[in-house]
Amino acid sequence: MSSGPFGARIPRSEDAALLTGRASFVDDVQRPGMLHAAFVRSELAHARLRGIDVSAARAMSGVLAVLTAEDLGDYWQPGPLLVPPAPIAGLTFHARTQVPLARGKVRHVGEPIAVVVAENRYRAEDAAEQVVVDLDPLDAVVDVAAALAPDAPLVHEDLRSNLAAHAVQTKGDYEAARHAADLLISREFLYDRGVAAAMENRGIVADWDERSGHLEVWDTTQAPIPIRNGLAALLGLSESQVRVIAPFIGGGFGPKIMMFYPEEVLLPWISMRLRRPVKWIEDRYENFFATTQERGQVHEAEIALRSDGRILGVRDVFIHDTGAYNPYGLTVPINTQCTLLGPYGVPNYYSEFRVAFTNRPIVTPIRGAGRQHGVFVMERLLDLGARELGLDAAEIRRRNFLPPDAFPHDHEILYQDFAPLVYDSGDYEPALDRAIELIGYEPRGSSAGPPTPGRQSPAEGRPDRSFPGSRLRGVGVVSYIEGTGIGPYEGARVRVEASGTVGLVTGVGTQGQGHFTSFAQLVADQLGVEVGDVRVVTGDTREFHWGTGTFASRGAVVAGNACHAAAVAVREKILQRASELFEVAEEDLELAKGRVGVRGAPERSIGLGELALRSNPLRGAVKPGTEPGLEATSYFGPARGATASGVHAMVVQVDPETAMVEIERYVVVHDCGTVINPLIVEGQIQGGVAHGIGNAFFEELSCDADGQLRNASFMDYLLPTAMEVPPIITAHIETPSPLNPLGTKGVGEAGAIPVAALFAQALEDALREYAPGLEIREIPLSPLRLFELIEDARARVARPPGAEGTP
Amino acid sequence: MTQTLPVHVTVNGEAYERTVPPRLLLSDFLRHELGLTGTHVGCEHGVCGACTVLLDGDAVRSCLVFAAQVDGAVILTVEGLAGEEGLHPLQAAFHEAHALQCGFCTPGILMTLVAFLREEPRPDERAIREALAGNLCRCTGYQKIVEAVQIVAARQGPDAGGADGRSRTGKAE
Ligand code: FES
Ligand code: FES
Repeated sequence: MSSGPFGARIPRSEDAALLTGRASFVDDVQRPGMLHAAFVRSELAHARLRGIDVSAARAMSGVLAVLTAEDLGDYWQPGPLLVPPAPIAGLTFHARTQVPLARGKVRHVGEPIAVVVAENRYRAEDAAEQVVVDLDPLDAVVDVAAALAPDAPLVHEDLRSNLAAHAVQTKGDYEAARHAADLLISREFLYDRGVAAAMENRGIVADWDERSGHLEVWDTTQAPIPIRNGLAALLGLSESQVRVIAPFIGGGFGPKIMMFYPEEVLLPWISMRLRRPVKWIEDRYENFFATTQERGQVHEAEIALRSDGRILGVRDVFIHDTGAYNPYGLTVPINTQCTLLGPYGVPNYYSEFRVAFTNRPIVTPIRGAGRQHGVFVMERLLDLGARELGLDAAEIRRRNFLPPDAFPHDHEILYQDFAPLVYDSGDYEPALDRAIELIGYEPRGSSAGPPTPGRQSPAEGRPDRSFPGSRLRGVGVVSYIEGTGIGPYEGARVRVEASGTVGLVTGVGTQGQGHFTSFAQLVADQLGVEVGDVRVVTGDTREFHWGTGTFASRGAVVAGNACHAAAVAVREKILQRASELFEVAEEDLELAKGRVGVRGAPERSIGLGELALRSNPLRGAVKPGTEPGLEATSYFGPARGATASGVHAMVVQVDPETAMVEIERYVVVHDCGTVINPLIVEGQIQGGVAHGIGNAFFEELSCDADGQLRNASFMDYLLPTAMEVPPIITAHIETPSPLNPLGTKGVGEAGAIPVAALFAQALEDALREYAPGLEIREIPLSPLRLFELIEDARARVARPPGAEGTP
Repeated sequence: MTQTLPVHVTVNGEAYERTVPPRLLLSDFLRHELGLTGTHVGCEHGVCGACTVLLDGDAVRSCLVFAAQVDGAVILTVEGLAGEEGLHPLQAAFHEAHALQCGFCTPGILMTLVAFLREEPRPDERAIREALAGNLCRCTGYQKIVEAVQIVAARQGPDAGGADGRSRTGKAE
């Protein structure tokens, strides 16, 4: 790679608009005559919908329409199944997708029942309150394990049970591994739900222009092109009649790539019917029900170990809560299933999952997308194994890492992109060593026994675990892999304009990941222009027609490589034209400072803008077989995902009496292949870790037996603040991916994935003397829950099993 | 909702006269009446801080204030931070340190910190984190925001009066 902008720590080009308040988000869109929508939503998790009386609402002044499922006629239909299930042998799968407005029954709190359209939002909400909904409550299916009991109430009555899917994937022979094992550890693990909590809620503005026959839609979506294609089909329009714009988006994290939300289907239809622009902006309360969530898995897992800590096999059987509908198919549970294997050699694996419908909001991928669940199970099993074997936490991992010569490594099961789970590249031990070095001392992990040969004592001058005062200090280290950058493809178009600036257009949207800058760096690097001279347009279907969206940490990998390929193609055109112009060989030309010229002869050069102009003459002829202008469009589709990996380590302090926890030091050593912009990568990692800290210790959706959420506000659902998130020390290891020309792997989710596993290990380490035998097998924790677990562990020590009843 | 109330208010140095329904929030007033959409709304219940503006020099959450209450007041929003000379020092430091990602929380955080830095021109890390604790950001993990404040603090002379937005609020010291 040249020493140009590729790989440089460049501050972002998109910042200025955001810092000055000029950047336009969906709620900033204002259209003449715009109406406002508000939704009437179910207050019950499960109920028969007996009737809806909209007469009072319709009669209010300023109200233009109140619509129910009835009013939609043929337009009413369930949403698409976005991801059909992977072709796993013996699979059971039932798709039930969300509907625009409830009909017959409601299946989760917040499911839309009616929509009110009024002159302003305040009025629309007033009218929504006047809609009378007659609901006849049914027993709610809330607990995921109970959902599959034979007598459970049915979420979808046309199915015989709440089973949405059942899948088994195996490798080797786990039973044989089990018999050969020196140690078996089996436990139950619980990993509950959370919300994405992007700071910007969802929103849509739809504007149908009757005269031109054009529909414009501004949408907080991570996938504008698929939304455009889908809307055109639904509304009976051609794709060229529909323009979807994903402007600045205030954070995505997954739920904004769900398609189609009821509101997304309804707003354009309403605008066409009323011939007025119409806007709907979700409020934070709605966001807790109407936007998709993630998690809710119960695992029964077992690991078979040799006495030296080597893994012989793993068996994992889990139930996954998909909520009331499953538009995302098996994406999340397959991520869990595949990511569990981590960076380790696991010769024998038996993994079985069942997916259950429940009366809770819909589950779709959110930052990590089920990967953290697999990592939690595997890392916890290793910790428990290490404890039994008297091994250091780092050592047991080291002994099981796939060696650098093991790549590509085939795990013999299918990944969520339907491709075999094959790791492209990696080198795990250097990351572990670096993390241990950066965290300040050698972890002892969960080792309860005497020091083992693999374990060193704390080095001179480094902090030990005792901490002045009542607080205890613990350390943890965990590792993980992440399948990133999956297909199918993305595209990009690069064009040199007559002004000399370079236009770059791609189909993916951006939600803060810095795509504008990273992509511009790739193009600037090829064309020898300033990053600031590359003008990037993303997320507008009028500008680019093909693409899928921003998900699975794929922006830098898939779209990045498409940008690179388009830039390479334009570079070739530039060299060809310049070589004709100067009558020199292409090898004698160089591109720099926005010009192309003969190496060593500065007077023989031409500005790229000028060359672009000459390549698009108004008179004369463009040579046969060539194209006018300096423009190229390229696509990139990887054969399969690139495997990023990393090691996280932390030092935690805990006050055993209050269970208050403070993270003293946090280290991430990460391998996301070639890095385009380290500043942006660091930001992604830090944000991911903060998200993971929230998931692990603060964020809990507290749901009662009727499926009612008890903490649907930021007052009660606690997001980590600057006080809870520590400074995060990051370091990079680079093993370039052989699957794409740039060698990039994704980074968007990595920070969030291993945090819960790390928390659990570090807390157990801190509390090993105070609460011997403490095992953390559930996430999210909270100070209260940790306190209970500590007390339980202490009670068990004070009164060992079998001693019950004795005074 | 026929009743309306008059509001005379100066925002970013410009005087506005409007009549508003009593229940109109200041955040909606700024965004939709005045078209100053730089002020964002993330929760509308006073927790996220995205809607923070300076009201007579103090950082307040505009989703917790009614427009009718600001009659006669002087308001500074994110649109008023940058001057003729370019970005406000804090904005520039945010850019340098990569203290924003999606940028949705950013206007509120800038306004909170402008007020904070005026009170405490050379804060230590702990004080910065405390000042930030009332603003939620889902993207950054806060670290680079803290770094941005440290850049500004380091650049201010020891006798600096803070990264000031006050002169443009019309309230002279
Ligand atoms: S919108 Fe005002 S504090 Fe969140
Ligand atoms: S930058 Fe996205 S919420 Fe703060």
